[in-house]
Amino acid sequence: MSGFRLADGGRIDRRTKRNFTFDGKAQWGYAGDSLASALLAQGQMLFGRSFKYHRPRGILGAGVEEPNALVTVDRGPGRRTPNLRAPSVALHDGLVATSQNRFPTLKTDLIAVNNVFSAFFPAGFYNKTFMWPRAAWEKVYEPIIRRLAGLGDSPTTRDPDHYDATYAHCETLVVGAGPAGIAAALEAAASGGRVILIDEQEEIGGGALSDPAQWAWLGEATAKLAAMDHVTILPRTTAIGHYHQNFVVAAERLTDHLSVDEAEGAREKLWRIRAGEVVLAMGAIERPLVFEGNDVPGVMLASAARTFALRYGVAVGRKVVVMAVHDSGWRDALALHKAGVNIAAIVDLRRDIAPELVEAAREARIACHPGYAVTAVAGSQAVKGATIALAGVGKVQKLDCDAVLMAGGWTPTVHLWSHAKGSLRWDDNWGAFLPDKTHENLRCVGACAGAWDFGKGLAGGLLPAPKPLHESKAFVDFQNDVKARDIGLAVQEGFRSIEHIKRYTTNGMATDQGKTSNLNGLQIASGVLHRPVTEIGLTTFRPPYTPQSFGAILGHHKEALFQPLRKTVIDDWAEAQGAVYENVAQWRRARYFPKGSEDMDAAVARECRTVRSAVGVFDASTLGKIEVVGPDAAEFLNRMYTNPWKSLEPGRCRYGLLLGEHGFIIDDGVSARLAPDRFHLTTTTGGAARVLNMMEDYLQTEWSDLDVWLTSTTEQWAVIAVQGPKARRVIEPLVEGIDLSPEAFPHMSVREGKICGVDTRLFRVSFTGELGFEVNVPAEHGRMVWEAIWAEGEKHGAAAYGTETMHVLRAEKGFIIVGQDTDGTVTPDDAGLGWAVGKKKPDFVGKRSLARPDIVAPGRKQLVGLLTDDPQLVLEEGAQIVADPNQPVPMTMIGHVTSSYHSATLGRSIAMALVAGGRDRMGETLHIPMPDRTISAKVVTPMFYDAEGSRLNG
Amino acid sequence: MLLIHCPYCEEARPEVEFVYGGEAHIARPVDPSTYSDEQWEEFLYIRSNPRGRHHERWRHTHGCGRFFNAVRDTVTDVFETTYKAGEARK
Ligand SMILES: [Zn+2]
Repeated sequence: MSGFRLADGGRIDRRTKRNFTFDGKAQWGYAGDSLASALLAQGQMLFGRSFKYHRPRGILGAGVEEPNALVTVDRGPGRRTPNLRAPSVALHDGLVATSQNRFPTLKTDLIAVNNVFSAFFPAGFYNKTFMWPRAAWEKVYEPIIRRLAGLGDSPTTRDPDHYDATYAHCETLVVGAGPAGIAAALEAAASGGRVILIDEQEEIGGGALSDPAQWAWLGEATAKLAAMDHVTILPRTTAIGHYHQNFVVAAERLTDHLSVDEAEGAREKLWRIRAGEVVLAMGAIERPLVFEGNDVPGVMLASAARTFALRYGVAVGRKVVVMAVHDSGWRDALALHKAGVNIAAIVDLRRDIAPELVEAAREARIACHPGYAVTAVAGSQAVKGATIALAGVGKVQKLDCDAVLMAGGWTPTVHLWSHAKGSLRWDDNWGAFLPDKTHENLRCVGACAGAWDFGKGLAGGLLPAPKPLHESKAFVDFQNDVKARDIGLAVQEGFRSIEHIKRYTTNGMATDQGKTSNLNGLQIASGVLHRPVTEIGLTTFRPPYTPQSFGAILGHHKEALFQPLRKTVIDDWAEAQGAVYENVAQWRRARYFPKGSEDMDAAVARECRTVRSAVGVFDASTLGKIEVVGPDAAEFLNRMYTNPWKSLEPGRCRYGLLLGEHGFIIDDGVSARLAPDRFHLTTTTGGAARVLNMMEDYLQTEWSDLDVWLTSTTEQWAVIAVQGPKARRVIEPLVEGIDLSPEAFPHMSVREGKICGVDTRLFRVSFTGELGFEVNVPAEHGRMVWEAIWAEGEKHGAAAYGTETMHVLRAEKGFIIVGQDTDGTVTPDDAGLGWAVGKKKPDFVGKRSLARPDIVAPGRKQLVGLLTDDPQLVLEEGAQIVADPNQPVPMTMIGHVTSSYHSATLGRSIAMALVAGGRDRMGETLHIPMPDRTISAKVVTPMFYDAEGSRLNG
Repeated sequence: MLLIHCPYCEEARPEVEFVYGGEAHIARPVDPSTYSDEQWEEFLYIRSNPRGRHHERWRHTHGCGRFFNAVRDTVTDVFETTYKAGEARK
């Protein structure tokens, strides 16, 4: 029991009590308290266990820099938030907080034996362990480390909260509402422009909140700003990051400071702010000192103790020792003394201290030890005393105390400045980096600009000590348990750049991003290397400034709003028929239509048999469609596609193969010429936008002389495929003005006319190998026409079929699916589509690449068919293929299975595969090793059904 | 998020409306068949990747749909200028 509530003082409301629990134990504080101040007031010094060694840890800071006191706050199912910093958690009635990373309890942590064996966890431990045999890592080390090292547990249930989001624009955005930020906001507001002032704390004021002398001014300034319509004040709002052109993203916490009963509406709101000018007034964070025992609970920053006393009315100890290397430690000591906190001694490594500080301390009857350093701290779960020595190495002297305050100087908070790629310059006086130049309309004011009077001090945080560095337990990064000696070890092992030292030791890589450790780590590395800090470099700050909920980043973009779901006009018909869906490039497509208790295999087998024996109806509306119009349309397509287009007569269709300039297949589809200057193109479902973009690219930038217009018509047309021997009979009664006879309307033609009284572009095409039509009608009539076709179809025993059956039927015919049977490295010849390349064409996109040496070289992977020796075995798509199943691992893989199905038509499995030199291996038996067995299969032509194509012409 | 000035719309619009299109001023040869393998390789794959001024293509996909060129500093991401396709390199 060290901390206690002072008799008076602070900004807390002593008339309003707040009840809460910590680790299940009932506690109380006042309105205006933070979780940290309320617990300190109750004498709680132990707040958590450290990440790696499970060392007992207390409070270090009074703000977001806190590395130790991470807690989990539970607001009900799905509302458990881990890793919150106790000083930043506002106290409310009913708050349920627990400590983390302890087993079984905070006070008696069994895993703390880890601490005893800490020599086994030196810098680079993880890297070195990874180099041990994989089995040892997976079976021994990883499970142990996962148990030992850790932060809080993330919730396992759905987050029931919702998160708001907004955009805002202003002339001036001020980040940080301390005295400098408020002054900047007042100045900007006076000029009449829109001003947004944001601050991460519960109330605006920053450092002034810990200085009662400024409270009157603060009240007036706040009232003045609040009264102005063009000023928006956002407390509890953290500027997460600064992005290009003064785009600042900030998260406002709307309900976490309220009790669960009071909380209403969105939990957080993400602000995306575009500002004319950004003023950073983010202040500075005090640096800890690095000495033996600096992590014992009760050792904290002097500025934190000051905040707890003056803002919250809490003394952090009854006999407090201040260890300073900076004037600000003396100032804080004197302010604490004035507030009623007993300062037992001020220890300062410096011998020359400003006389007025020494005089003021004498007047306050505070013992002073100039030239001394703390060499050790007694106690494990709380400070029980400290030893000091002249220059850290002289005769040891004991000090009776229950708290040790560290004043190691100040680090300007330049995080957002760095996000904006602002450069930094080293400042010897501050012992820190200060903002230098930026190309943004961005400036720093106050402490983060180096424009603040904290007094003078030494720059290095490592105190001289009697023990050599490699024996000391002086911590640099409290959250990641990095000691000064770990940095020494990293340097000894050859690391020179701070970016490498950081990764090897993990210094500054914890959730606090090194807010209190980066500069000390850098200084220690500089000292060991005997090189100036500026040569060792600076690690990069990245957003978010403090850990941020995923909820706010996601905002409204979740569940149905996560991404658009595209549905065809026939979608709800399919739903009513009990279709099972799959998503294809944002489209929801019916995969199969189970009847009764059918599973997918049974449904697909029935659908396939029905198409082959009678007729099937398929919603092909998702096919990408582009209307290509203009006098140069044929010339344009001739240049884009591999095959000739100029000779295509109006009323005829052609299979088009589209390559990239690299010669590889990127899309395909059947397209029709409707008139000399008008084409109806189709693309793959997933490729529509990509193909249109590519065509626009060529049209706008390479061939802008061509008079062609491209229009995406994917959603303008509903497409109903009617496939099977009875297809003609199904549509015949519905079609007007088109002669459907095979002579008048052969395979691969298009006709315009009417169906069910509405305009249609009727294609006679087939992706199944059967007699087939694709009925294109304006989308608004799609459902009506579908139902009419369905009604006719039922008379002929039709089945509605989905994408799975479509896949099986096309595979039986060896038709490829771009992106499944090709992978971006497949040429037309590789895919067996050499026939679709116009040999006489002088040029088309990708043609030159088809003559590159490695494209014409033998041994390329070619598309072949595979028939398993066991006809009932269906290969796994993606499975690797080898020629010799008996070779040692790693085997030489010669290809992979691209498509594989059970064919009901053939009563056996079929597969397609890309195999090196595949077409020269016809009849060869290849092997597909699987975890439980090796499957053998024979290489065949990828055409399993009706090779002569007679069914097409039925 | 960048603000990008579309030279066709004559307006600065948010980055989400645009799609990046790679290095600019790499014209497709009029007759690729005259290119040697080395020349063709260079056309296909070799890019300047400078530190600093970079001439690059953007498309105002979710706006006017036009491709245009830009000069952007690859260190600072600051756009020096944007100009219409077909205009001389700036
Ligand atoms: Zn535009």
